[in-house]
Amino acid sequence: MNNTDPIITAKQLEKHYGDYVAVAGIDFTIPRGKCFGFLGPNGAGKTTTLRMLLGLTPFSSGELSVFDMPIPDRSREIRARIGTVPQADNLDPDFTIVENLRMYARYFGLKLDAALEQRIDTLLDFASLTERRNARTDTLSGGMQRRLTIARALINDPDLIILDEPTTGLDPQARHVIWSRLNELRDQGKTLLLTTHYMEEAERLCDELVIMDHGKILDQGSPAELIKRHVEPEVIELRGCDKETVNAVRSKVTDCRMEHLGNSLYCYTHDSGPQLEYLRSEHDLTFMHRPAGLEDVFLKLTGRELRD
Amino acid sequence: MNVWQLPRIRKNAFAIWHRNLLVWKRLIGPAMVLNFGEPTLYLLGLGFGLGFFIGEMGDMPYIAFLASGIVASSAMTTASFEGMYSVFTRMVPQRTYEAIMATPTDIDDILAGEMLWCATKSLISAVAILIVAFFLDVVHGWQVIFVIPVVFLIGLCFAGPAIVMSSLASNYDFFNYYFVLVITPMFIVSGVFYPVSTLPELMQTAVQFLPLPHAVALTRPLVTGQELTQPVLHLTVLAVYAVVSYYIAVVMVRKKLLI
Ligand SMILES: Nc1ncnc2c1ncn2[C@@H]1O[C@H](COP(=O)(O)OP(=O)(O)OP(=O)(O)O)[C@@H](O)[C@H]1O
Ligand SMILES: [Mg+2]
Repeated sequence: MNNTDPIITAKQLEKHYGDYVAVAGIDFTIPRGKCFGFLGPNGAGKTTTLRMLLGLTPFSSGELSVFDMPIPDRSREIRARIGTVPQADNLDPDFTIVENLRMYARYFGLKLDAALEQRIDTLLDFASLTERRNARTDTLSGGMQRRLTIARALINDPDLIILDEPTTGLDPQARHVIWSRLNELRDQGKTLLLTTHYMEEAERLCDELVIMDHGKILDQGSPAELIKRHVEPEVIELRGCDKETVNAVRSKVTDCRMEHLGNSLYCYTHDSGPQLEYLRSEHDLTFMHRPAGLEDVFLKLTGRELRD
Repeated sequence: MNVWQLPRIRKNAFAIWHRNLLVWKRLIGPAMVLNFGEPTLYLLGLGFGLGFFIGEMGDMPYIAFLASGIVASSAMTTASFEGMYSVFTRMVPQRTYEAIMATPTDIDDILAGEMLWCATKSLISAVAILIVAFFLDVVHGWQVIFVIPVVFLIGLCFAGPAIVMSSLASNYDFFNYYFVLVITPMFIVSGVFYPVSTLPELMQTAVQFLPLPHAVALTRPLVTGQELTQPVLHLTVLAVYAVVSYYIAVVMVRKKLLI
């Protein structure tokens, strides 16, 4: 196996729950040493896909291999080389922070020796939890629990780290800390696989990503490629628009693709000059002019209606 | 993966056993009060109290009859409690198994470790009773040492069915059915309080299919120094219950968690 071989290959992967199709025949390959993202709205099938990769959800049809080993036949060996951060923390409430790490090492079959204690100290430092090492996990804040879960996922020095919505529910400071830690891991040469519905997270972290919805992959590429492929480079966003304003703007502003979501109006264009000129002349309009981002791609591909 | 596939047990099972031991050690005080307090009260109250009226049963003082039976029944209840309330807690609300299953330790190992732990707790409770019984002058002879592996096997034999119940349960109340419909009736008809030979003939045959009478048939002579009869039969029944229930538990938990 050489370094350009993909670390994960999925072919026509499908998962049904009764008549319900959670994952509808997806193909993807995940490159080594990069950060790869699954971006999708609630219920898109992200968690189901990750569980299939771990051999924890049997798939209905298709083929899946990780580290060139087939799932489910060699799931155990595969899991020995993966670190997992699940969508909801499942730390052991009967133990302290350091005991959580020690026990998890045992589940990987590692010996509890001096080398392991050293490794635990390094991980606690990495997760900025050294001071709290003897605290019970239920006394930790959400951000600390998440950091501990990430440290726990590293106990076996994995080649691949799978993170299911690593920063959902955290405050901005906590998210930035986690992003910087994930960047460090990637710089160390680990392969990261994460799901998210935060565009900012995907743009900052992912070298490559797929956009998923209703169990299907809608497109795959780097954030920049996806933006280029699907949306115009500039966006003018008008906020707090009532119906009349929307109609007025729609009649005056031409030469751009309009989208209406809630009480915001988005205008996508290749050259924003003429539109901006008009908008500046209308003093009671507040608007924002920005380059197009992943969010615009996401909304275009997955539609704008509410999920669940 | 085929849920019916035969389980394979690795040394990872001991990690589960070790986990539970560490948690238990933290709460050792209350655990010991229960382990020693309950049999002491039972034996003093029922053994001496009822014994005063009953005198002898099965060629021995009633307190000896009772103590040697309770060693087996307490192994049963201890393993059943652990296999239901504690296993269910780790499997469902606490999601401890979910965390473990993301490692090379899989359901086969987890349940093997849980059964070993249930049996260990059975052993601890039986040893506590033996110590109490020893001071009440019930224990006779060195062969009592064999009670230890026997209660471990009794623990395994009841841990499996309890874990099967955990896999079926959607909440803790479900376990009431198992206790009221299975454990308590078995406790009453299995020769703990009076000899099985006093049951109606049909019942005597029927109870031979239950594991507890076989457990009592082993612990009573080993504790009191009487002669063992048909030990191979009794051990085989217990072992078959342990192995078959382990397999069923693994299949059920696979169906529940690998979705
Ligand atoms: N055990 C199950 N039984 C039936 N349906 C399920 C089961 N697990 C998941 N589903 C369904 O499969 C679909 C995909 O679920 P999944 O958890 O993979 O979505 P997700 O992309 O992770 O969503 P979220 O962002 O909300 O976490 C959902 O519609 C979900 O309801
Ligand atoms: Mg999910």
